[in-house]
Amino acid sequence: MDSKDYLEIDFTDVTARFPLDRREFLKLFGGGIFVTFCAGSSLSLQERSQRRVRPQLPTDFNAFLHVREDGRVTCFTGKIEMGQGAITSIAQMLADELEVPLDSVDMVMGDTDLCPWDMGTFGSMTTRFFGPPLRAAAAEAREVLRGLAAEHLQVPKNQLSIQDGMIFDKNNKEKSVSYAQLTKGKKIERHLEEKAVLEAVSNFTVVGNSINRLDAEDKVTGKAEYAGDIHWPGMLFAKILRPPSHGAKLKSIDSSALNSRKDVQIIKQDGDFFAVLHATPDGAEEALQQVKAQFDEPEFNVDNKTIFDHLLKVAPEGQVVSEEGDIRSESSRVTTIVERTYLDGYVAHAPMEPHAATARIEGDKVTVWASTQTPFSAKDEVARALEVSPENVRIITPYVGGGFGGKTVNRQAVEAARLAKLTGKPVQVVWSRKEEFFYDSFRPAAVVKINSGVSDTGQIAFWDYNVYFAGQRGSQHFYAIPHHKTAVYGSGWRGGQGTHPFATGAWRAPANNTNTFARESQIDIMASLAKKDPVEFRLNNLKDKRMQNVLKAAANKFGWTPAVSPSKRGFGVALGIDAGTYVAAIAHVEVDSDGHVQVKRVVCAQDMGLIINPEGALIQMEGCITMGLGYALTEEIQFRGGNILDHNFDTYKIPRFSWTPKIESVFVENKKLSPQGGGEPAIILMGGLVANAIYDAVGIRMLQLPMTRERIKDAMEA
Amino acid sequence: MKTSIRFALNDKPVTWTGEDHRMLLWVLRTEFHLTGSKYGCGEGFCGACTVLIDGEAVRSCKFPMKDVKGKQVTTIEGLSKNGDLHPLQKAFIEHDALQCGFCTPGMIMMAASLLSKKPQLSKSEIIEGMERNLCRCGTYNRVLQALEDAAQSIQKGGV
Repeated sequence: MDSKDYLEIDFTDVTARFPLDRREFLKLFGGGIFVTFCAGSSLSLQERSQRRVRPQLPTDFNAFLHVREDGRVTCFTGKIEMGQGAITSIAQMLADELEVPLDSVDMVMGDTDLCPWDMGTFGSMTTRFFGPPLRAAAAEAREVLRGLAAEHLQVPKNQLSIQDGMIFDKNNKEKSVSYAQLTKGKKIERHLEEKAVLEAVSNFTVVGNSINRLDAEDKVTGKAEYAGDIHWPGMLFAKILRPPSHGAKLKSIDSSALNSRKDVQIIKQDGDFFAVLHATPDGAEEALQQVKAQFDEPEFNVDNKTIFDHLLKVAPEGQVVSEEGDIRSESSRVTTIVERTYLDGYVAHAPMEPHAATARIEGDKVTVWASTQTPFSAKDEVARALEVSPENVRIITPYVGGGFGGKTVNRQAVEAARLAKLTGKPVQVVWSRKEEFFYDSFRPAAVVKINSGVSDTGQIAFWDYNVYFAGQRGSQHFYAIPHHKTAVYGSGWRGGQGTHPFATGAWRAPANNTNTFARESQIDIMASLAKKDPVEFRLNNLKDKRMQNVLKAAANKFGWTPAVSPSKRGFGVALGIDAGTYVAAIAHVEVDSDGHVQVKRVVCAQDMGLIINPEGALIQMEGCITMGLGYALTEEIQFRGGNILDHNFDTYKIPRFSWTPKIESVFVENKKLSPQGGGEPAIILMGGLVANAIYDAVGIRMLQLPMTRERIKDAMEA
Repeated sequence: MKTSIRFALNDKPVTWTGEDHRMLLWVLRTEFHLTGSKYGCGEGFCGACTVLIDGEAVRSCKFPMKDVKGKQVTTIEGLSKNGDLHPLQKAFIEHDALQCGFCTPGMIMMAASLLSKKPQLSKSEIIEGMERNLCRCGTYNRVLQALEDAAQSIQKGGV
């Protein structure tokens, strides 16, 4: 995996303003042992390459652990918990490495006053980049404790043993001392250098037992607090007037119906910003409905049908990201040439929790509880909007009700903070589902054009791959093809001015869903034309051992028997690489005469390097497969220009209970490789996997996502 | 016009005064500070706001206060009795049947209503009963396992 694949993990709004140096920062805390470390810089070329483009990022540390004077251990990190399980996997690693009971570990996450600066929680980076330095830091703290214990007990270090936060003499267990006793009245600081991490990583073993989530009890009892659950006395709930479409300009506004309402407060600012506030959320909503506003709407020039022609028209020149051999002369020699265009619509993040924020201002201190994947960028955004110094803004991130890339945009936090300032009261902003769909930064619509050729013996002879506006991640193939070129048109997922009629952004495994759908469909088409079994065809065209291994593991688990597609069995296969993880899946689907697809079974094999938390990895894989069914089968934003026609889950259909296939998984062991991503890889396969299985079932090749019932039916009838 | 409405909330008698066309969800969240019931869509499509009214699962975002009069309202906060988690809550923890947790209270309340009516549900009956509750993180298979387990322990324990 090349570092340039990750340049797209780019959140350019981020500026680092962590105000204190390390010494100053640690003064804020009491005694004990502190180990500061930098998660991300040490092991990842990826993040380093980002640092090159943004040299202002702090390189000193972005997380630390604290063995307190009472013997408890706290980890402070700007990462947040949005369901991916970091709160558990981080605590587990710490407990394991420091040899303390899990319940003596506390996690402080996403609080910008207590946690050092962090870029954000996305890109499957938490375990991958955080895990090794965290464990090395914990090991460092343990060694400090061991040194203190040797002194205290007058026993050589190598004669000491540690269990449950107690250090004792192996030869005389009566001679023991607790972490609390050792840290009492001391303040010891250590900073973990990169070299130490690399050395320590080679000694790591898999963290053994799977444990239940630490946040589970709070979440099943309703105690878990999200940003919209924060309550302050005197708090007002705000509803903000929204335009009917992106790009619409407010022409006139009539709020006279609210004139006599003493319970409603109106805020109007900067021409377009109009909000009503009320002591209840439904009261605010009801008041806003009485406001009559007229907007000038721009002319609609694109909709969800014409968008693809538009994208090809406005595409900038392509950037060749890899090239080898001579496609042109090779293509004149090969008899079987496949030229296809693949289309992918806009897809919403649609987390169950809409964007929410509660803001409170005391004196010159602004505090915002926000549902965000990027608390530090929210801090800067709020500071800019309120024209205050970032030091006066604190973002606290409670549990986040799903993000998937969508909660890297913090508009709601800014709205709540602005209104708290203007009203002088605590203010809560929770977007309605309609607002959530309107302001989402969708996965961009995209086009992929592939021209490829296959020899009579079933070898892929050339590959000419051109992707428009999806982005680069996952665009480069991993097959052994002598003549190939990959070009990316419109880098990044935002597109330039005039590309998309509304915001687009990073969606779980950005770009890779579209790229993998196109690549794996094209591979299948070639296999079928070459009269080869799709698993064998892939194995014959792969030199990469890791990829061969995951494919074989999936095929074994599935009980694959070779057949040329379409075999009428409804079996499909797809491969991919994301976030350093290699993944292969095989599916069984049924397609009825009405075009309805039921995915019956998915077998998924992953090589994700060293696995920190096997249960967590499994859950993420299952989540990817289930969520990915949506973009494969139904999810596509309907729009006319900047007018988003989907407002709720009645028209925008996400996966349900009845869709869920039997999911089986295999983890291909690869302990020598540091931990790779787990939160995203499996989702990239779902488009291509289901497309290939549909073809195998009914001989219909779907070239556009999502593969809706209507589209399949139309294709079957054509 | 404001009216007074008496009902039982998590086994305690309460009297609430306000506009009786207001939806139960907002009254629960902002006046009783029971924030376990979530706003996910406001139209009854997602089920994150599900509570029990006389044991029957309803979407509290679409359930007006005037219909609450004289009823027993149970929210996620009232499901565990005497500090003991409900078998469904235990099963959700045991099966890791949650990720972000935002849909979880609604899932559990929906399941509680289903199992209280018929503990011996087949898998297809469970799917049918839970179908209108949405989860974006993709925990459906684990929720199904948790329900099957909880159904068994309810039958054994006679809860």
